[in-house]
Amino acid sequence: MNAPTVFGLLAALLVGVGLYGFIVNPQPLRKILAFNVIGSGVFLMFGAIARRGAAYGLGGDPVPQALLITGIVVAFSATALAVTVLLRLFDETGTATLASETDARAPATEPAAATAPPGAEKAPG
Amino acid sequence: MPATTGSVLLPLAVLVPFLGTIVGLVLGGRHAQRAATVAILAGIGIALAIAHSMLDSGETLAYVLGGWAPPLGIALRADGPAVVMMVAVAVVIGGIAVYARGDFGAPAGGGEARAPLMYWLLLLAVWGSLNLVFTSGDLFTLYVALELLTFAGVPLVCLDGKGETLRAALRYLLYALAGSIFYLLGAVLVYGEYGTLDTVLLSERVEPGPVAWAAAALMTTGLLAKTALFPLHLWLPPAHAGAPPAASAVLSALVVKGSFFIVVRLWFDAMPALPGLTAAQVLAGLGAAAILVGSVVALRQERLKLLIAYSTLAQIGYLFIIFPLAFDAATGTLVRGEALAGGLLQAVSHATAKAAMFLSAGLIYATLGHDRIAELAGVARQVPLAVLAFALGGIALTGALPSGAYLAKKLLLDAADGSGQWWWALVLQAGGFFTTAYLLLVLAHALRTPAAKAQPRARVRRSQELAAVALAACSLMLALAAAGPLFPRGLLADAFAPKALPWLVATVVGGAAIALALGRTLPGTAAPEARARLATPVRRAAVALGQGFERGDAFLRRWHVAGVSLVALALALGVAMWAG
Repeated sequence: MNAPTVFGLLAALLVGVGLYGFIVNPQPLRKILAFNVIGSGVFLMFGAIARRGAAYGLGGDPVPQALLITGIVVAFSATALAVTVLLRLFDETGTATLASETDARAPATEPAAATAPPGAEKAPG
Repeated sequence: MPATTGSVLLPLAVLVPFLGTIVGLVLGGRHAQRAATVAILAGIGIALAIAHSMLDSGETLAYVLGGWAPPLGIALRADGPAVVMMVAVAVVIGGIAVYARGDFGAPAGGGEARAPLMYWLLLLAVWGSLNLVFTSGDLFTLYVALELLTFAGVPLVCLDGKGETLRAALRYLLYALAGSIFYLLGAVLVYGEYGTLDTVLLSERVEPGPVAWAAAALMTTGLLAKTALFPLHLWLPPAHAGAPPAASAVLSALVVKGSFFIVVRLWFDAMPALPGLTAAQVLAGLGAAAILVGSVVALRQERLKLLIAYSTLAQIGYLFIIFPLAFDAATGTLVRGEALAGGLLQAVSHATAKAAMFLSAGLIYATLGHDRIAELAGVARQVPLAVLAFALGGIALTGALPSGAYLAKKLLLDAADGSGQWWWALVLQAGGFFTTAYLLLVLAHALRTPAAKAQPRARVRRSQELAAVALAACSLMLALAAAGPLFPRGLLADAFAPKALPWLVATVVGGAAIALALGRTLPGTAAPEARARLATPVRRAAVALGQGFERGDAFLRRWHVAGVSLVALALALGVAMWAG
């Protein structure tokens, strides 16, 4: 097993771990961190691809490296924006959870008498 | 490739809005709005000039940045679909900007308020990102454009800075980030396999294989999460309904179309031979589910803006029906044809109509101080033009003549006939009934006479009302483009045939029946006796069904369920592509 393959497998592992945290962990801050773990996995994968694709005697394919830098900048901006929104949310509400009141509740009971007990129909009009 | 006058306009179309953002940020205060006005006028001019240049030459415009040709350099290209979308976005942005001068005009006493400043800067940023999405010919540039679009769209959700909208914005951002990382992983795999990210080069190199399937499935799923195709829609209703109306219009009409357009680029241009019919059927199946669930849950909403947001969910579904209809069995590839034309027309038609509907909902909210559907009575007298805009936009969405949706539906039905996929024709027709149902439900409330005469809380500007009406009229008149150079003549030939009338009557009656069965609050049922009279077994069963849909929707919109859906859909698409 050569080095790029090992790095590729590690990248897959990072993506998997990050994805698990992203889905399962309820806290937004942990989700933001998990997003960064997935991102690291993707960037590591790109690095491994750059090494593997260096067929012309170079140390590595330079194109993925250029793209990687851009990708890292984008991921950094995304993290900064997410943390800012999270801080504002905490300042406003005193909590930092994603579950809103409207999502937690079951569909509100019918205002019309459609779900009223059958007896309601017989009430004198 | 020599740079023609037309192609020089492509980088300008991207740069001018962003320049406006930067200049507006530096100048600040009321100057931001002036900078935005100048940039918007210039941008509309550039979009029209690009369209003119393209119609003149009849060729795809291309501009190679810095003279570096792909695969090392980056090319901007504008083909037919890109130009159509650029012009449509320019028109919608123009209309929304006229409206926003009322809501986000510079504060009277000079000085600087944060929300207006941010609104104008973000509006321009959304526009620049969209133009980059339409003209990029490179998967990585598309990724950057997609991220810019999200970063510009998310703060628009929470302009008012309230807790609930901040939460909606955070959900939107986090889920969109999951989508973009899926897309990026796919793009990385594509580069590893084929050594290029340029769509034209890829279309020559991509061959079916495990890596290509995995990459395409990941990229597509990521884009679907950003487009909010059912069942990846957890973020859409709170974000689109919670934002200020001028921002909701941008988000609902334009932002979701950006990622849809990249799916089209990917499937039609970069890798037409890869997905195969099964994966296309999966996409259309999700689209059909979106139409059904979105429409039924829309009928169950208490608030007008949430109803419109769920209507967006349903209308996004139509866009994905095009994929199996565009499949050419002889060559095994997706081909550009009437299905794609219909899909883009539907996108444009929805953009204009939905912008009009959100703007008129904003006017109704400003007038009444609320947007509860059950208490809309009398609003048609207070702001008649806003209700007219809502009605026209809704009629346009139902596919009535001569709306863009009518023509889109006709093109898609033709494609369904041609390929023998009658079941998608059925879905398209059924969708019209549902759209009619929620339109009728709202209008029935809005046109009622109120019990007591109420004073409007605020007077809305006439220019705002006219902007909404103009956008709705654009959508309603879009089919007249058929008489222009874009579509073959004769599409409207049998529009006034005698058989069209019974169908129209059937749509209205069917829509009314659906609204009566499923609508949350029906007009004239304020008194308990009236409600009791209505509680027939049919209505009770229908309401139970509607509540079932609501519960299902709430379940799918839980975070971990939506997260698992994301992974499951990526797997399903990969397997579907493998199966052919």
